[in-house]
Parts: sequence; structure tokens; C-alpha cells
Amino acid sequence: MRISKALAALAVAATSLATSALAADITGAGATFPYPVYAKWAEAYKKATGVGLNYQSIGSGGGIKQIEAKTVDFGASDMPLSPEDLEKNGLMQFPAIMGGVVPVVKLEGIGPGQLHFTGGLLADIYLGKVTKWNDAEIAKLNPGVKLPATDITVVHRSDGSGTNFLWTNYLSQVSPEFKEKVGEGTSVKWPSGVGGKGNEGVASYVQKIDGALGYVEYAYAKQNKLAYALMQNRNGKYVSPTDETFAAAASNADWKGTPGMRVILTNQPGDKAWPITGASYILMHVKQEKPENGREVLKFYDWAFKNGARMAEELDYVPMPANVVQTIHASWKKITDPSGKPLV
Amino acid sequence: MTAVLDNVRFRAADPPAIALESAPRPPMLRNNALMDAIFRNVTRFFAFLVFSLLAAILVSLVVGAAPALRKFGLPFLWTADWDPVQENFGALVPIVGTLATSAIALIIAIPVSFGIAVFLTELSPVWLRRPLGTAIEMLAAIPSIIYGMWGLFVFAPVFQIWVQPLLKKTVGQVPWIGSLFAGPPIGIGMLTAGIILAIMVIPFITAVMRDVFEIVPAMLKESAYGLGSTTWEVVWHVVLPYAKVGVIGGIMLGLGRALGETMAVTFVIGNAHEISRSLFAPGNSIASALANEFTEAVGDLYTSSLIELGLILFLITTIVLACSKLLLLQLAKREGTVA
Amino acid sequence: MSAVVSENPAYRRRKRRNAVMLSLSAVALAFGLFWLAWIVGVLLWEGGTALRPSLFVQMTPPPGSDGGLANAIFGSVLMAGAGTLIGTPIGILAGTYLAEYGRRGWLAPATRFINDVLLSAPSIVIGLFVYTVFVAKVGHFSAWAGALALAIIVIPVVVRTTDDMLKLVPHSLREAAAALGAPTWKVITMVSYRAARAGIVTGVLLAIARITGETAPLLFTALNNQFWSSDMNHPMANLPVVIFQFAMSPYDDWHRLAWGGAALITLFVLAINIAARALFRK
Repeated sequence: MRISKALAALAVAATSLATSALAADITGAGATFPYPVYAKWAEAYKKATGVGLNYQSIGSGGGIKQIEAKTVDFGASDMPLSPEDLEKNGLMQFPAIMGGVVPVVKLEGIGPGQLHFTGGLLADIYLGKVTKWNDAEIAKLNPGVKLPATDITVVHRSDGSGTNFLWTNYLSQVSPEFKEKVGEGTSVKWPSGVGGKGNEGVASYVQKIDGALGYVEYAYAKQNKLAYALMQNRNGKYVSPTDETFAAAASNADWKGTPGMRVILTNQPGDKAWPITGASYILMHVKQEKPENGREVLKFYDWAFKNGARMAEELDYVPMPANVVQTIHASWKKITDPSGKPLV
Repeated sequence: MTAVLDNVRFRAADPPAIALESAPRPPMLRNNALMDAIFRNVTRFFAFLVFSLLAAILVSLVVGAAPALRKFGLPFLWTADWDPVQENFGALVPIVGTLATSAIALIIAIPVSFGIAVFLTELSPVWLRRPLGTAIEMLAAIPSIIYGMWGLFVFAPVFQIWVQPLLKKTVGQVPWIGSLFAGPPIGIGMLTAGIILAIMVIPFITAVMRDVFEIVPAMLKESAYGLGSTTWEVVWHVVLPYAKVGVIGGIMLGLGRALGETMAVTFVIGNAHEISRSLFAPGNSIASALANEFTEAVGDLYTSSLIELGLILFLITTIVLACSKLLLLQLAKREGTVA
Repeated sequence: MSAVVSENPAYRRRKRRNAVMLSLSAVALAFGLFWLAWIVGVLLWEGGTALRPSLFVQMTPPPGSDGGLANAIFGSVLMAGAGTLIGTPIGILAGTYLAEYGRRGWLAPATRFINDVLLSAPSIVIGLFVYTVFVAKVGHFSAWAGALALAIIVIPVVVRTTDDMLKLVPHSLREAAAALGAPTWKVITMVSYRAARAGIVTGVLLAIARITGETAPLLFTALNNQFWSSDMNHPMANLPVVIFQFAMSPYDDWHRLAWGGAALITLFVLAINIAARALFRK
């Protein structure tokens, strides 16, 4: 009697261990840009459904690599892949969230929102042409601000990054010299500066080094109370990074018409548009080898589109507008299981 | 002795204790022979496994680095380019970073380790020797990531605010060496990484130096004392020349460790793919480049270039460690302590 | 006589140099101890506040939320345990060959040499090796890969200590057993092992201390995991990689957890080292 009770207890324990292993997490890896909001969504989703989302924020380059190698269920990248690359690897992509990349500084006496930059000036600094904070070019844009004679320490990304792509894409658009000497991409050859790993690494170095200038996704600047700067946009107006200006930049985008939903939101026209806005994409295989996992990923993002807007806005991200969500849902019909049957 | 055991078969049941190979043996003894053979071969198999591990690592790295080896060939070693966009890679920056930080580490660690070894073997009262020695060895026990964290959060700010400006004002003004200390003080960089490596390497060099100093025959030292030498003169003119080979072996052991150190260096080296004259500048080492970029490298060429970096590091450290081991073996042979 | 000697300027110069050099060596010792004190002090100061019971019970949180390191601690224990279980038998058996059978032939000296090289080999290269032969082939990161990398680090340590400890066992013990009719394998297992038991256990303890703090080999093998997982086939949280991630971030609450984890690892490693030394001396 006692033995069978013990065996029964053991069986129950074993199955519960097995089921908790089965209700396993969906794994994703990639961009650090959306990590704060994905983490918040994952926490809430786990409370609501018990399914965990294990997201490793290793940079867009890493996300692309891991999904191509099929070591994760989905990849995340702020740099959308070209239709040719998507086709070559059997992937599809859809945007999940939008946000802005902001320049941040650590300088004595300078607080958030005080400094003004233009794209051209930032390109010159990152090219190494402007090296001191009290340089005439910076002073010209910032009359009345006390700029010390400190050296500028440029901080950039050391890993493969979609944030890096957005930043270099914008600088390449506004500075032909930057486009020629450095170019755009998730990983570029920087002429100088300190490399931080992830948005976290860049924010961390800017916090520590006096005279540092870096670029991070806005949630990182806000969460860590870094001194962000205002930027001059395409229409010549100086704008502050807020979800309003990010949304203004995104308002002109043609999601449905662009193949692969590959919309680049930098340097958009509009008085209120923030010049370095971008969307962060989710990459999944068109033919899912593990259809249950694929379904879980789609269920998670469906839930996030329905319930995650407020959490995203609290972190100053811009959730995808309703009409775009419809286009996204339509694109999910492409995803099939190994036999060719669509997942949803 | 074991050879003797292997070749003798005892038979307890036989009246005279004579070895008889031809007669049928009782099961227990047959089992023993079998068990002996099994045990011997099993242990030999695992020894062979360990033996082949080195070769296995080398082969797998070569295979992994093949695309890069084919594309870039030997010039990879002296190309300074590291361009993931154009897919142009070269190992010069990480190699220089690795060698430079290790050099800084040794320049600091060798005299310090020497001093500590001298103190522990000649000056310290006997009852203090073990606790002090253990304390220094604890430096080796602290994991690398702890050094990295402490380096980034505690040491680098102090370095940036107090030490670097001081260095700039003093040594930075000297004409030729001064350029080594040029540039803005950012706290992290090659010099910081070198200093932290020095602290990590000190216990290893100290341990070897202590061991070889203690091997020096007392008679040599006593003879020198008898002639009126001071303690320092005995150390410098008698102990050190005698232990020369072992000291160099210990230094090379420390070098081997410093070359391969990853986490501590990754935190504070600044991750910049550039070579600069100044030690205040950020740089990169092979290990830190791997730690930062490997999981995110997109594309075969990028990944295999990183693996090739790992191969280069493995070759350099293997050669250094092998030399160290050879030198230490030579000294041990002289002492008769080699098995 | 001594008055003449001590007035000799050359002698005074030598005495002075002696005093200077020896005090410099004392300074060197103080230098070394200074760093130790600073690092341990900082660890206790920063990590002390984080060493609360919640550290062991709550999971790693997203930035801005409360949490602990429970899944990371569990993962580290699991992987270190698996790595030790895999590496120790291999190490002991290989070390046994070196000490007991290694008197003639080429395999033993060659293996001893290679073993010592592996002992100090960069652990990131070990991680790279396991990635290329295991992770890339299997197609995903896993705790097994992490355990394998740790096992490869354990093996040289255990081989070395087993070899050294077995060599210390006096031959008279072995010969006495042989004279009583014991076969070689019994001599080794029942006499040598028992005699060297304390030393071999010390070796295993030192190996555990070594792998507890290793980060680099886990970076490309076990990766990381936000949640609790006991599935060895998939990425698993572990203390060193979590500390790396949290420390390089800009978030203060993550920094505090990183310090707590760092203090935990260091205290554990130091405790094992001291215990191993005490055990060995007995």
C-alpha cells in the first residue's frame, strides 16, 4: 500500500516536472533595442498564460545569425532584411514595435534635453573631425550653453546591432563623407571610439566616462537618466525624442506596399518627425520545423499587439498602429508547418 | 615494480608457491587477470583521451577557421582591417592588444612577484609564511569575472579621476615615452587591462618563484653568508642564478595565463578595433574580441575569422606554456624531483 | 674589529642596499595584499546588501523589477555538477594510468606534458571547441554543452592532482598488498586510492572551485535563460553569464544583483580553497 502510494506520488511529481518542461519557453534572440519592452511583455504574458519567452538580447546581428542557424524560435533585428536575403534563408519578417535612437552625452553641467545637434555635426564627431566639446561647430548650435574643454570620447557599438544600422543609415544619409568612409550596417568599421556591447553597454560607458557621446534606444536613455540631446530633423526643426515625434516619423510609412515590410524610418519628412526612428522586426522561418513553437510565438505577438500597447508607451516605445497590425496578421498566413499547411 | 606484478601469476592453492603458467587456473585468478587487463586498458584509454584532447582542439579550430584561412591566408596576421560590412578581416589589432596587455602585465608582475617570493622565503618569520602565502594564492582563486567587475566599477573610475591625470602630468611630459600616456583619460583602456592582468598573474609567478627559491641548496646560501654577504646579495648573486631556469619557466607560465585571460580584459579594454600609440586608448585582445562578437557574427567568413583568432591564441598560448613546462622540467631534472 | 668593519663605506653601502631591497620586497608583499583586500572588501561591501534570502528564491528579473538569482544559481549548480561528474572519473582514471602504469612507454610523459598545457589553456578556446564540435552540430545551445566545456576544464586539474597524490603513496604499501596476492587492479583501487583519498578529493574540490567562476566557456555553449529551467537540452541560466550581462548593463538594480552573485561566487570559491587546503594538510 505504502509502496504504491509512494510510486503514485513519484509519478505525479515526474509528470509535473515533465509538463513544466513541456510548457517550455519560446526562445528568441536578437536586438537589444526592444529588449526592455519585450522583457516587460514576457513577464506579463507569463503571468497571464504560464508560457515563458526566453529572449536573449545579443544584438540584431546575433538574432539574424541564430534564426538562420535555427537555434532559436524567432530572431529579432532592427535592421530589416532585404527581400533577397529573406528568400535565400526561407525567412519572413514583421515589425513588432517602433522606437527612436537618441544621442546621449555625459558632460559636466549638461542635463537631458539641453544640447542641440544636427546630423552633419554628429557625423563629423564620429568621423573624428570634431574632437573637443568646446569646438566652434558645437558652440554654434548651442549658444548660451557652457561647454567645457573636455575631449569627446565617442562610444559606439562593438557587437552586430540594428541600432547601429539605424544610426549609421541616418548619418550616411546626411553626410556623404560618412557614407563613403564608414557606411551603414549592423557592424561597421569605426574610425575611433570605445565599443559597448549592446544598448546596455553603450549606456553603461556613457554613464561612466566624462565627455562621452553615444547613441542608444530612447528607453535606455530614459531609464538611466542619461542626458539626451535634441536633433534637427529634415524639415529643419529641432525636436525632442518623445513617442509623439517617433510616431510622427512613422506616420508616413507604407507598410503594405513595401516588399518584406522593409520600411526604413530614418530622416522622414515632417515638422515633428524624429530623425532616427526605426521599427524592430521579428524574423521567423516560413516553413516551421517545430510548428507548436511557431504557433506559440505568433500567439505571444498577437497577445502583445492586443494588450501590450500601454506597457510599450510607458517605456516610450511606439506600438504598431491598428491598420499595420492587420497587415501583419495577413503576413502570418505565409507561415506553414512542414507539410505546407498554414499555422494560423 | 608493477612490471613485476604484471608478469607473475600466484596460485594460493598450490603447495609450493611456484608460478605455473600451463596448468588450468581457478576462476578467481582468471578473473583477476582479466580485470587487470581491463583496468589497465581503461586507464590507458582515458590517458590517451587526455593526450588527444589538445590535438582535437587544434584540429577543430583549423576546420572551423578554414574559410578565413583560405580567403585571407598569411596576411591575416598583419592586416589591421576589421570590417564586417566589407567582410575584410585581419588579426593585427587583437594580436597587438593581446601582446601589449600581457607585456604590461609582466612588466608589473615580475618585480612584484620576485619581491613577494624573496620576502616569503628569506624575510618572513616561519609562522607567517603559510598564511601570507595562502593569502597571495587567494588572488589566483578569485574568478576572472570578479576582476572584470571590480575593474570596471571600482578601479577604472579611480584610475580616470586620480591616476591617469597624474601620469599625464608627470610621465606624459617626457619626450618619447610621453606619447604612451597621451589622450583623454577614460579609465578603461590598454593600461587598465594590463594592470588588472598583472594582479591576476602575480600569484602564479610568485608560486613558481617560491618553489624554485626553496630548492636552492642551503649549503650554497650558507657559504655565501659565511663569506659575509648580506641577505640581498645572497638572493641576487646565489639564489637567483641557481633558480634562473625555473624563474623563467614561472614567468612564461604567467605569460601563458595573461595571454588567454578573457573576462577581466573584456570589461575594461574598451573594445575598439584600433591600434594607438597611447596606453590610455581603448583596444582589443583576441579573447575580448571573441567574447564580444562571437555569438553575433553573421556570415561564414566573419565566424571563421573569429575562430581563426581563437586558433592563433591557442597556438601562442600552447607554445608559451610548452616552453614554460620544458624549462621547469629541466630544473626539476637537475633536482631529481622528476618521476 | 667590528668598529673597523662598520665604518667601511663599501660595507655601509652594501648594508643600505640590502635594507632598501628587502624593504622593497616587503612593499611588494603589501602591494599584493592591498589588491586582495580591496577586491574582497568591495565585494563584501557591494554584494553584502544583495546577499539576502530573496537572492536564492526569486528569478532573474527584467530591468526595473525585483528579483533574485535563483535560476542562475540552480543552473550553475546543475552544470558544474554535471561537468564534475563527467570530468572527474576521466581525470582520475587518466591520472591513475600516469602514476601507476606510466613508468615505461611514451604515453605517460607525453600525456603529463599535454595535461599541464591544457591546465593553463585559455578557457574561451575550450568554449569555442565545444561550440564547433557540439553546439553547431546539434543546432542549439544547451546546458549539456556548458557541462561538457566545464568537464574539459575539470579533467586537467583532476589528472594533475591524482597523478601527484598517487605518486606520493609509498611503494611499501603497494608491495605489501602484492605480497599478499592482490592483483594490480586491486592494489590500485584498494590500497593506492585509499591512501591518496584525501589528496584526490582535494583535487576534485579545487576543480569545482575553478569551474564555479568560469564565464568564457559558457558564453557560447549554455548561453542564458531568463526563467527557471531544468532542461539540460536547452539554454540554461548560470551565474557567471548572468553577472556578465547584468554588470555590463546600465541598470542599478541589475548591478546590485551582479554584485550579489559575484560575492556569492567568490565566497564559495574561497571557502572551497581553504577547505581543500585544510583537508590536504590532514
